[in-house]
Amino acid sequence: MPRSVKKGPFIDDKLLLKIEIMNSRNEKHVIKTWSRASTISPDFVGHTVAVHNGNKFIPVYITENMVGHKLGEFAPTRLFRGHSGRLADKRSGR
Amino acid sequence: MARIAGVDLPRGKRIEVALTYIYGIGATRAAEIIRECGVDADRRTQDLDDDDVNRLRRQIEGNYKVEGALRTETSMNIKRLMDIGCYRGLRHRRGLPVRGQRTHTNARTHKGSKRSIAGKKKPPKK
Repeated sequence: MPRSVKKGPFIDDKLLLKIEIMNSRNEKHVIKTWSRASTISPDFVGHTVAVHNGNKFIPVYITENMVGHKLGEFAPTRLFRGHSGRLADKRSGR
Repeated sequence: MARIAGVDLPRGKRIEVALTYIYGIGATRAAEIIRECGVDADRRTQDLDDDDVNRLRRQIEGNYKVEGALRTETSMNIKRLMDIGCYRGLRHRRGLPVRGQRTHTNARTHKGSKRSIAGKKKPPKK
């Protein structure tokens, strides 16, 4: 079930404030955030946000295509190294 | 022979069913299109006159995204997910289920048929 439209997208207030300040000053630096649930709004485009994945911050450069997704989608929380005994892992698309 | 959107419709079937042979048209859309064109749903494809077929064709090709165009759109959507490097895109890349299903067992639709693993013990037969 998607979020009610009435409420609008969820964006962490402090994060949005920081982005707006950066936009008004026309500066760019990496913002660290734990707010994986925040929706990416068009204001974010062009900035780099370091999203926490539970272990460290993953730098995510926001492009136009990412608008509408959540920050957490770009910082995977799980690390799968393959099963034991499998020889050369044949993953092609990565 | 009725040919709509590059698909030959089966001649012996009711037109309502025959339209579902087009990719992007299911039962609901087929019924909707027939209503819009004022064709009798119970008539067979071979019994339609050219006028009916042309009306259906114009309706489908003008107002609905079907076949190639629809397939392109779908694959572009998936490609977009893969290009932006989001979680759903990663799942598509690895050929795993995208919407949070379990992968411990099942998930065979997306993963494809089973690959045997060397040295795995078979469960004892009862």
